[in-house]
Parts: sequence; structure tokens; C-alpha cells
Amino acid sequence: MVRVVASADLRRFTGGLEAFDVEADTVRRLVKALEARFPGLGDYVDRRMAIAIDGEIHQDAWTSPLRPDSEVYFIPKIGGG
Amino acid sequence: MSDVLDRPDIGHNADDHLKVVGTRPIRPDGADKVTGRAAYGADFNMPGQLVGKVLRSPHAHARIVSIDAKKARALPGVKAVITGADFPNLADEFHEGGEAASNLRDMAMNVIARDKALYHGHAVAAVAAISSAIADEALALINVTYEVLPHVVEVEDAMAEGAPLLHPRMFTEGLEAKPDKPSNVAKRNRIARGDLDAGFAAADVIVEGRYTTKATHQGYIEPHATVASWAADGQCNVWSSSQGQFMVRTYCAKVLGKEISDIRVTPAEIGGGFGGKTVIYLEPLALALSRESGHPVKMIMSREEVFRATGPTSGAVMHVRLGAKKDGTLTAADVELKYQAGAFPGSPVGAGSMTALACYDIPAFRITGYDVVTNTPKVAAYRAPGAPISAFAVESAMDDLALKLGIDPIALREKNAVHNGTKAAYGPTFQNIGYVETLQAIRDTEHYRTPLGPNQGRGMAVGFWFNVGGESTAAVNINEDGTAVVVTGNPDIGGSRASMAMMAAETLGIAVDKVRPMVADTASIGFSMLTGGSRTTFATGMAVVQSAEKVIAELKRRAALIWDVNVDHVMWKDGSAWCLDPAKADEKPLSLEAIAGQSARTGGPITGQTSLNAQGAGPGFAVHLCDVEIDPETGHVTVLRYSAAQDVGKAIHPAYVEGQIQGGVAQGVGWALNEEYIFDRDGHMENAGFLDYRVPVASDLPMIDAILVEVANPRHPFGAKGVGEAPIVPPLAAVANAVRRATGVRMADLPLSPPKIRAVLDAKGG
Amino acid sequence: MSKTHVSTTINGDPVEFLADPGMTLLDALRDELELTGSKEGCGSGDCGACSVILDGRLVCSCLVLAPEAEGRRVETIEGLANGSRLHPLQQKFLEHAALQCGFCTPGLLMASKALLDANPDPTETEVRYWLAGNLCRCTGYDKIIRAVMDAAAELRQERV
Repeated sequence: MVRVVASADLRRFTGGLEAFDVEADTVRRLVKALEARFPGLGDYVDRRMAIAIDGEIHQDAWTSPLRPDSEVYFIPKIGGG
Repeated sequence: MSDVLDRPDIGHNADDHLKVVGTRPIRPDGADKVTGRAAYGADFNMPGQLVGKVLRSPHAHARIVSIDAKKARALPGVKAVITGADFPNLADEFHEGGEAASNLRDMAMNVIARDKALYHGHAVAAVAAISSAIADEALALINVTYEVLPHVVEVEDAMAEGAPLLHPRMFTEGLEAKPDKPSNVAKRNRIARGDLDAGFAAADVIVEGRYTTKATHQGYIEPHATVASWAADGQCNVWSSSQGQFMVRTYCAKVLGKEISDIRVTPAEIGGGFGGKTVIYLEPLALALSRESGHPVKMIMSREEVFRATGPTSGAVMHVRLGAKKDGTLTAADVELKYQAGAFPGSPVGAGSMTALACYDIPAFRITGYDVVTNTPKVAAYRAPGAPISAFAVESAMDDLALKLGIDPIALREKNAVHNGTKAAYGPTFQNIGYVETLQAIRDTEHYRTPLGPNQGRGMAVGFWFNVGGESTAAVNINEDGTAVVVTGNPDIGGSRASMAMMAAETLGIAVDKVRPMVADTASIGFSMLTGGSRTTFATGMAVVQSAEKVIAELKRRAALIWDVNVDHVMWKDGSAWCLDPAKADEKPLSLEAIAGQSARTGGPITGQTSLNAQGAGPGFAVHLCDVEIDPETGHVTVLRYSAAQDVGKAIHPAYVEGQIQGGVAQGVGWALNEEYIFDRDGHMENAGFLDYRVPVASDLPMIDAILVEVANPRHPFGAKGVGEAPIVPPLAAVANAVRRATGVRMADLPLSPPKIRAVLDAKGG
Repeated sequence: MSKTHVSTTINGDPVEFLADPGMTLLDALRDELELTGSKEGCGSGDCGACSVILDGRLVCSCLVLAPEAEGRRVETIEGLANGSRLHPLQQKFLEHAALQCGFCTPGLLMASKALLDANPDPTETEVRYWLAGNLCRCTGYDKIIRAVMDAAAELRQERV
């Protein structure tokens, strides 16, 4: 199971839940699983957030793989100058 | 496709194999740039082009009651007049890819006002005429009736109860309870961990401060410029100076309601951007004027327009409270950041929040950010957007903590430093970072041990930037004589063509002068995100290397055909194919030139193209050390000496990496000492020119020692990390901390201009 | 508004053009003569991107009226190289990586040439103050100063 840690901003979707486990082996499947469990969350993170997989930041990366023991964390997408 | 590819047998990440990467060849676009031949935005012309000019709001906040352009249209030589009514009304739609994610509706309204002008200088109409003089005359003939509204400039004034509202239907996002009243606060964000009260209760000492910074401009020397042509069949050509031709294409299509395939954008050479050219201003106006007039239209901003209507970055008000043990161990941090967004939501307070404590491992913290609209130009990205501002506050407080505890400021940072495996304040866990190595590099400088004289002070500060990857396309085409062309879709602002050519040459095993890099228009290469976020050498470089690897795979296949051996028996090394088939041991290596010369017979042209979405950009850490001297008579601060160390992963072209660091330092020093938007009571910028908006000149600065620390990023073929943004993060605080140590007084309001220094010295000296 | 006929010398060549009385030398160079190497960064003499040498004196061409060029000698970036051989300043700017975006480079090169014409052996401080009228936002000036000092040394060598 992938460990999902929700930042303060995302807990409005999770009913305040900070961390939970989800079955997923890619970012795409993670997004779908999040949407199924907390309606609105999957869609929101898909459109607006980057995802840190075990510390490494991925953006717009449906195909990025997740390990069974991965920890994921969502942060706002980063741009830059 | 994936950004990870099985690599042929070339020695990645092994410095002893590198022949090109890490050297300092002359840049391939250099000769044109030192002879005046390079063509920037304003250097391009089309037959029959008109001159386009913009009428701008004289008020900081006003309802546009009516616009009467009859007289202007009737003026001989005027070919078109447009207003906001000539553009489609867009729905709210967020365009991805930035902490200041662009709302396209807001972007369209910033390009040209609709029912309200939201800042002094906001475009309200535009004309196209046969000459500049007639265009100016036409602007004066447009009669706009305004209903002037109360305005608000300062961030805390905009947050106050009863402040004039810019967007009466805007409600603060991110609060626990849904607000029942509209507000100028577009969003509140919060990052928190641990028990803050317990953290402060456990502290032996607490430092606290309120810090302010002013809006500053990116200050690129080239004003925005474009030539646009809307043909009778609706096909559009745009030539413009920007950080991304694909960005210009996407945004123009949205703002004008066109299909993307109808717009082709050719990137001009860009005369500096620093984030300020990641959005559009003139391009859709020029296109609409071309549509209305039937002629190509050229538009160039004046410097005054650049200041009044583009950029800048946020001014901010911040509070920082730090708790620590006697030995310097941080126990708690509470950071509050209020950033001006300008006329539309989207300040970089999100990134400011995420970077604020990124260098520190703290058990309990809370970072609260406010994105606040004000009647000032909509902020644009500026080099590590948001990070220098919050770093100024946090690093000033850290310096006060070091002074209070009597601890060396580098030792204090080391004691609380993040390492590999530390969970960053903004969430992810750090890997392959070179922060403590960078701290050590500054500690090891002779600079750090050099004694200071009277009225002098030495300050240090640290900074962090994420760096990003993202979508890039690159092609490597082998010419029939064995030379190569590298094509990318990323404008070259600081020498990236050199690094692209070098990475291709290194991979192919040929000399760098056999590789010619070019930046293609939107019809000639696949999509690439803009040049920004310190992504180009990392992400586009990755696409270049993978394209070169595909070329090598093809070259090996061709060599196998020529030798009539299995391709598994071909090795690529030093720019040649080597035959490993024991049965053909006499075959001499085939050079790239020899294989290319036979390409027609062996299967046609040899090319490789890669499109990818690069992940895993390595973050950058910067540690700066600054000596200043205060002139007690005038209050003038002289920067005597500056050393800047940064983890760059691997410097592809070290001279241009140093240049990025030196340039970032210079901008940061300007931000610290001189630069600021000064507004009068009417919300008009009073210093909209380079005489009064004082960017650093050559005589203001010393040599800047750039120290490159190389902790490789394993995600990049040569270990590169982004380098362009981290160097502007520490200087604001490094300078302010040096002034603190020279004067004995903490000055928390930038810029530290002579009158402020004088006031402090007067108060101190009596 | 009738135009003024201007006869002048640009980079050693005789040149004639018509100018509105209010036209700047910069606009004449860029728009009438297609010498777009001189850049406009401000139009008010603050940034130096339009620097040219007029009768041996460094000027901002945005502050000179085009008719003022009548009968005078104008040197622009397009004339700095000797044919296809780069001037030592140009070569040193390339070798020292003294440019990033390159927009300020033509002005800085012309200002540096004017300096070295007048003072072949400037100190670092003299170079910094002489070039204080030429803004560069990319480089922090470090490599520019080194390039100018190095070019000065090479030019002195050539003279020996």
C-alpha cells in the first residue's frame, strides 16, 4: 500500500485525515483511487498539484511508478522565473 | 515517453570520461552577439508593418464608463483602434505550471482592461498607425470616461477591513470556514508540522521580527517587443522576445479564441527575462490590431511602460518568530507572509512559504501565506519567485538568533541543516542534496577568515530553490559531413545553446564546434515548456542527450550494415563505431563522418528526436557571504566583497554557471540596497525609469566569487541541477546581516537606502 | 513637417539619409539605416545600450538628434570588428563569457572601446566607473570587467 500524506490544504477533502494508505502502482492509478475514496481530491491534485514520490518531485506524471512502500506527498506545482 | 532510457556504453556521471562537459568553450551564438547581428524582439520588421501603441489607464483604480475612439479612427494614417470589447470574454480557467498558476481570464483582462482599470498603466485601448507620431496622436484622441474609485497599494492596507475591493466577487480561499464577505485576500495557505506551542515552550531563547520588502522589477534591459501578422485566412505569425515561444502561442490562442495550429511563434533573441517574460502583454494586442487593420503590426514598450505595466515581483510584510535551545537547536518557527499579487491573484507566496524553512530541520513550525490583490501591476515571476522575500525575513531572524546565542552563523545553520533523508518543511524527503557541502565551502574560504576594518560588517545567509523539470523536445540531426545540429524549443537567455551543444558533443563523442545548436519556432520542433524554473539545462538537456543516444543507436546499426556484422558487435566510443566481431578484427573504426557520408545507402538521414516530461530535478542550495562598509556621513553602503557558493550538481559550462550566480547576486544586492517601486498618493509609480529605479551599475559592485559545489543529481545524464534561481535567494539577507553587524542595528525594511541608514546612525549616535 | 537631409560618416563610410527634425540618432541608425546593433533599453540615456562613438566621444545615441550627425563621424558596433577579424574587446568578451543575453553587449563594447582609446591602462576601479553608464542585468559585471582589463592588456601588447 502506498502511504499518502495530506498537507493541511488538502485535508478539507479528507475530512481532516492526515495520512492513509491507498493501493496504486502508478500516479494515474493513485489519482483514480484518491478520487474514489475522497471525491474531488483526485481531480484537484491531478490538476493543481505536483507529487513527491519518496522525496522526488514529479509533475504531470501519470506514468511515474509507485512502489508498494512508497510515501507520496502533494505540493503545489512549481514554476519559476 | 519515459525520461529514462537504457543508455549505451558512454561514461555518464564519471568525470574522468568527460571531454566536453565541464570545459569553457566559446558560446556558439557569441560572434553574432558581439557584432550587433543577433536579432532581438525590436530588430525584426515585416513589409508594410504598422506601429502599434497602447493607451494606458491614468488611474490606479477606475471603472471604465465609456471609450469613444471615433476621432482617433478618423485620423489619417490610423488603421485600427481596439479595446477590451474586441476580445472574447473567457471563463475562469487555470493554466498549469506555476505556483502562480495563471488564470487565463485574469491574464486576458491584464492584457487589456474590460470594465475596470485596476492599476495605473493598465492597458485600456490600442491603436495601429502608419507612424509612431500618428499612433501617439491617435492615443490622445481616444476619449475614455472613467469613474475613479478608491485604490489600495500596500499589502496590509489591502487586507484591512473596509479596504477598496478590486474584485467584489473574490472570496478568500483556503480558510477553515467559508468566508461570507469578499476580500482582497485571494488565498491563505498554510504549511504546518508538530506542536508549535510545545516547541516555543521548549525554547531557551526566542527571536522575533517584522520584515518588509518592496516590489522590485526584473529589470531586463530589453523592453518587450513583438511583430505580429494576422493573414486574411486567419493564420497568424508572431515574432517576439519571450521566455517561451510555445507559451506565447498557447496564451495568444486562448486570449484571442483561436486554434493553436493557426498561430506560429518565432522566438527572437531575448534580452533578459528573469521570469518577467513568462507571460504575454503585447502579442495579443498586436495580433488583434493586425486582424483589424489587415497589416502586420510592430509594438515595442517604452521603459516607462515596462515599469508601469509588466513584472514586478511582490512587496511583502512578514513576521518571523524562532525558538531555540541554548546550543542553537531550533525548536519552533512561526512564519507569516503577506505578499502583494498586484491587480490579479497569483503572488508567489506559495513558493515563498514552501522555501521559507526549506534549509532547516525544525520539529514544530507553522508557515502562513496570504496572496493579496492590490492596485499595482500584476506581479510576474522573478527568479526563484517568492523565495528571496521569505528568505530575507527568516535569514535575518536566524542572524539575530546567532547573535543572541553567540554562535557562529554558519555553525548555527549547520546545527539545524537538512540532510539527505530529512523531511523538508514543504513535504518531500531530501535526496542527493549538497547543502552542508555548500556551507562548508563558504566556511573554507579565505574570505570568511579575513579581518574587517572600521564601519565594516560581514553577513551570511542561505537560500533554497526547488528547480523544475517538465516537458521538452529536442532533435539531433546528423549532417552528411558528420557534423550535427541540435534543435530545441527553449529560448536561450543565459547561454543554454552552449550547454546543449556541449551535452550533445559529449554524448556523440565529437568536438563541440562540430555541433550547432538552434532554437526553433513553434512549427519546427515539438512542444517545450518555457525557459524558466531553472529547467532548461536539466530537462531540455536530458532530451538532447537522449536524442544523441538515439543517433548513436542508429549509427551503430549503420556501421553493422557496412561491416555486415551483428549490431551487438558494434561499440560507440570517441565519436566512432568500433567493430568487436572477432571474425572481423581487422575492421578500422568508422568515424561519424564516414558513417554519415554513406547514410543514403544505409537507410537515409540520421536523426534522433526526443520528447519527454522530465522528473526529478534536484533542488539547489546557495550559501552567500557578504562584506559591507557603511559611510557614516552619507549612509551609503558599499559591498566590499562577495562570495557565493552553490550546489549546482554538475556545471556543464562552468563560466555560464558562474555567470548565473554572479548575476543573481547582483540583482539581490540591488533589491537589498536600492531597488523599489515608489508610489505616490494616487497610486502612480514615481520612479518608472532607470535613473530613479536604481539597478546596480558596475561601480556599485565588487568582483563576485562564485564557488561551484558539485553534488551530482543522478536523474540527469551528467548530474546537472538547475542553477539560475537559487543565487538570488540569499543576497537580501546576506547584505542586511552585514549591515546589522556593521551598524549594530537590525534593519528590517528593504531597501537599505542611504536615508534609512542615516536615520539609524543618527538615532544610535545621538 | 519636412525632413532634414543628413550627410555623415558611419564606420568610415559616407552615408546620407533623411530624418525628421525630432528623430534621434538611435532611431536613424536602427530604422533608416538598418544598423540594429545599437539597442534601445530606455530612450533616456540611463542604460547605455545605444552607446556609439561620435567624433571620438562616447554618447548615448538616444540622446543625440539625427541631424546632429551632419558632417561628423559615427562609430557603431557594426564597425568594431576589422572585417571578419574581431576587435580584441569582442574576442575577450567571448573568451571570458562576459555576456549572457547579449542585449547590453554592443553598448558595453562601444563604451569599453571609448575607454581604451582614451586610457589604454585603466585600473579595475576606472573600468567600473567608466562603464557605470552601461547597465547589464545578467552578469553582475564581474566577467565584463575582466574581459575589458584583459583586452586592454592585449591591446597594449599589440602596440609594443
